[in-house]
Amino acid sequence: MNLNSYKLSFSIAWVHLVSKPKQTIIAMLGVTFGIGMFIALVSLMTGLNDFTEEITMTSSPDIHIYHDITEKRSSILEQINPEGFNWVHHQKPKNETSRLRNASQIIDLIRKDDRMIGVAPTLSSQVFYNYGSVQLNGLILGVEILEEDKLFDLQSKMKAGRLEDLLSYHEGIIMGSGIARKLNVKRGDRVVITTPQGFTRSLKVVGIFQIGIGTVDNVRSYANISMVQTILQQDQSYITDINIKVKDRHQAKGISRELQSKFIYKSEDWETANATMITGSNIRNIITYAVSFTLLIVAGFGIYNILNMTIYNKMKDIAILKAMGFAGKDVRTIFMIQSLAIGLVGGLIGLMVGFLLSYMIAQVPFDGGDIISLEHFPVNFKPKYYVIGIIFGVTTTAIAGYMPSRKAANVDPIEILRGQ
Amino acid sequence: MTTQSPYVLRTQGVTKYFYDPEKFQVLKNIDLTVNKGEFLSLVGKSGCGKSTLMYVLSTMDTDYEGQLEIAGERLTGKKQNELAQFRNNHIGFVFQFHYLLPEFSALQNVMIPALKLGKYSNSEIEHRAIEKLTLLGMQEHSHKRTSKLSGGQQQRVAIARALINDPDIIMGDEPTGNLDSYNSNIVFDIFKELTSVFKQTIIAVTHDDEFAKKTDRVVEMSDGKITRG
Repeated sequence: MNLNSYKLSFSIAWVHLVSKPKQTIIAMLGVTFGIGMFIALVSLMTGLNDFTEEITMTSSPDIHIYHDITEKRSSILEQINPEGFNWVHHQKPKNETSRLRNASQIIDLIRKDDRMIGVAPTLSSQVFYNYGSVQLNGLILGVEILEEDKLFDLQSKMKAGRLEDLLSYHEGIIMGSGIARKLNVKRGDRVVITTPQGFTRSLKVVGIFQIGIGTVDNVRSYANISMVQTILQQDQSYITDINIKVKDRHQAKGISRELQSKFIYKSEDWETANATMITGSNIRNIITYAVSFTLLIVAGFGIYNILNMTIYNKMKDIAILKAMGFAGKDVRTIFMIQSLAIGLVGGLIGLMVGFLLSYMIAQVPFDGGDIISLEHFPVNFKPKYYVIGIIFGVTTTAIAGYMPSRKAANVDPIEILRGQ
Repeated sequence: MTTQSPYVLRTQGVTKYFYDPEKFQVLKNIDLTVNKGEFLSLVGKSGCGKSTLMYVLSTMDTDYEGQLEIAGERLTGKKQNELAQFRNNHIGFVFQFHYLLPEFSALQNVMIPALKLGKYSNSEIEHRAIEKLTLLGMQEHSHKRTSKLSGGQQQRVAIARALINDPDIIMGDEPTGNLDSYNSNIVFDIFKELTSVFKQTIIAVTHDDEFAKKTDRVVEMSDGKITRG
C-alpha cells in the first residue's frame, strides 16, 4: 500500500469520525476516564509506597548485624550424642551478653568492602527519661553520629541543633521530637535518664530530630558511644549492633547472607526486616493495576461496541469501496485508524485529566498525627507512569478496534450490493 | 488497453453453483464475448442468473468454474487483493442505489477511486473529476454533499465516479432501476454517448425492456443459460 493510499484511508477515517461527533466523543471519554483514573491511582499509590519505603529506610539500615541471643541453639546433649534420641524440654537462652566480639575488626573488614557506603557501630539501651516524678520509657542509641548520618541522612531530619554539637559535647544527647515534646524540653535543657540497671545520668539536649515515624520519634535519642558505654557500665569495646548501608539496596539480601556466614553473628537485610511493608506495597500495586486494567477493558468494550455499530452503519460504504478497488486491508486500515485515533486522543486527554486529578490529590491536607509527619497526600509525578498509561490505552484500543476492523475487511460486497 | 484484440471481456464455460439451501446450478457453461465500445444489456426474468453473472464478470465473485478474461488479463484464480487493484484500474461500477459515500461531496466521491489508484497528482485528479462531472452536467453541484442531491443527480455522480479511472468496462446493476423515466432517459443518453463518442464498453443488467431495446446488443438469459445474443 502506498503513501497516497494511507492518506486516503486517513481522510475517510477522519470524515467518519467527525460526521458522528457524539459517538466519537463518547468512545474517547471511555478511554480518557480509564487512563485518567489509572494515572491518578498509580500516582497516589506509588506516592504512598515511595513515602512509606522512604521513612522505613530512614529507620532501618540496609543490613543490621547483631548477636541474636534468643536464637535457637543445639543443646549440649545433642552436641555430645548427635545420633541418639534426645529430648530437651523448653531450653532457655544461655546467659550471654549481646556484645559483638571483635566488633572493631569486623567493622574494619566491612569498611574495606567497596560495595558498602557506610558502616556504623551502635549500641543501644533501654532507658527511662525522668520528667519530674514521671518516668517515660525510651531507647538511647550510642552512635558515631557522622557515620550514622551517612546511613540515615540525619542532618536533614534535625529540627534544632546540629549533629556536630554531639561530637563537641560529650555529655550531649540528640532527642526525638516526640519524646522531647512529652518531656517539655528544648535544646540546651538537661534531662535525667535511668537505665534498668539503676544507673542515673544527667545529659544535655544538644539537638532534636524528627524522622517522621511516631514509634521512633517518641522513644529514641542519640548519644555518643562512649557515653552509652558508661551508662551501661561497659568497657570501650562494647558494641551490640553494626548497621551497614550498601551501594545497591537490592543486593542487600545477598551481601547480608555472605556477612552472616563470615562473622557468624545474625545479619538481617532490610527486606527481611520490613517484610510487612513490602507486602503492603506489593498489594497496593496489584490493586492499582487490577483496577486500572479493568477500567481500560471497560473502555475497550466501549470502543468495540461503537466501532461495531459504525461498521454496521457503513456496510454499504464498505461494499462500494471494495467494489471500487479497496482491498480488505485498506478497509481494515480505515477502521483501525479510527480506533487508534480515539485511543490516542482519548488517552492524551486522559493523561491531562490524570495529572490534574493527581495535582488536586496532592493538595489535599492529610494529618498523619503523631504516627507519621505528613502535611499532604504523597503523590508521585514520575513520567514513567504517563508513558505506561498511554501505551496501555493505545494497546487496549488497538485490540478492541482490531476485531470489528477485521470484520469490516471481510465484508462480502456482493451480499450488500445485491441485498437491496 | 490492448487495441489489437477486438474484445474487452471474454468468458469460457463459466459455471456457478449456489449451495444454500441446497445445491443449485445458477450459471451453466456461459461463453460470452464483449467487444470494445459495445453497449450490452443483460436481461432475463428474476432468478435467471443475470445479476450473478454480472458479479462474476465484476471479479467480486470468485467462486465459479470456467475462465474470465478482461482487457487481455486472465482473472480466474487471482487473489482478492489483486482483483481489488484490477477493479480499481479497469472496471467502473454503477449500481441501482447509487452508493455514494454520503458524508463526502460529489467531487470527493468522484475523486476517491483515482486517489486510490494514485496514478495522477491530487490537483490533476481534481481537474479530471471536474471534467467528468462537467461531462455529466453536474459541475455546479460538485461541492455539495451527495446526501443533498436528488436520485438522478446522484446517479450521474456515480457514473462520473465510474469513469474517473478511464476503465475498460463499465458495469451497471439496474442503473436506472430506481429512477423515474425522465432521469432514466438522461442516464441512458449518457451511456449511449459514452459508447458511441468515447468507445466506452458498458454492460448493464436491467429488467427495463425499453432500456434494453435501445442498447447495441441484448443478451437474454434463462435458467442460467444465454438464450439470445
